[in-house]
Amino acid sequence: MKQIIILLSLLFSGHTLAIEVYDFKTAEQEALYQKLTKELRCLVCQNQNLADSDAGLAKDLKDQVAKFVTAGQDEETIKAYMIERYGDFVNYEPPLNASTLFLWFSPLLVFIVGGVILFFNIRKKQHE
Amino acid sequence: MKKLLIAIIPLGVFIGLIVLLAINMSTHTEELPSPLIGKPVPAFEHPTLYSNKNLSQDDFKGQPWLLNVFGSWCPSCQVEHPLVTQLALTTDVKVVGLNWKDEPENATQWLQRWGNPYDEILVDYEGDTAINLGVYGAPETFLIDAKGTIVHKITGVLTPEIIEQELLPLIEKIVP
Repeated sequence: MKQIIILLSLLFSGHTLAIEVYDFKTAEQEALYQKLTKELRCLVCQNQNLADSDAGLAKDLKDQVAKFVTAGQDEETIKAYMIERYGDFVNYEPPLNASTLFLWFSPLLVFIVGGVILFFNIRKKQHE
Repeated sequence: MKKLLIAIIPLGVFIGLIVLLAINMSTHTEELPSPLIGKPVPAFEHPTLYSNKNLSQDDFKGQPWLLNVFGSWCPSCQVEHPLVTQLALTTDVKVVGLNWKDEPENATQWLQRWGNPYDEILVDYEGDTAINLGVYGAPETFLIDAKGTIVHKITGVLTPEIIEQELLPLIEKIVP
């Protein structure tokens, strides 16, 4: 029994260590912090978001986000701060501009083409 | 005939994809443009490592300078260190170090071992200025003109090619 307890506590101890503790004044602030660190990219390990990353720079950036959130800044301001310094790339949601137009609208294009093919196929079948 | 055409479509799409990916592979770079090029150096105030001063961005106005982000914990900084030294000796730009998130004792030891090419070394212990500069990881190097505008940024280790092809032409342009 004792061994099981030790094993279980080992299992969970790593997890609790990984949680960063910031003192947020309200639940909304904490939610905003969670949202932002999920949407901002860790620049060091580029396919991770800030929330999941243990890199040193990610920790610094998380501290910065937490500081802004506790100071009562809104989402737009904090994101603008990061983009000003690190470019659009820091944002996991790419902005809509000329260079990302295809990225945003290619699913729609595929949907329309597929829809047209389906439409004509069904009509043909009905005629037969 | 029509059946054959329909059968060819997936193959065509597949070949098209391969071509697109192949083009992307040869032109795609991991390098990301810095949004700070053409903008003034962010405001800072840091103690210096040897000279016991407190310097801000305004103290560097009047002469083009190179800001080299380094740390004693960074192995690739050591790789480029001879090149930084060479730049300091052979060009008319002031080479300034930004000692990023480093213990001053470790930094002085490191510099004692590998040499100190820097005109001044700013100590960014908390990493604030590094964030303001959009630094991803050390080493990074910024070329800044006499007015304090960021002209160019090199992410990663300097190489003789980068210095020859990117840095030196730009330095020539901004050195009076």
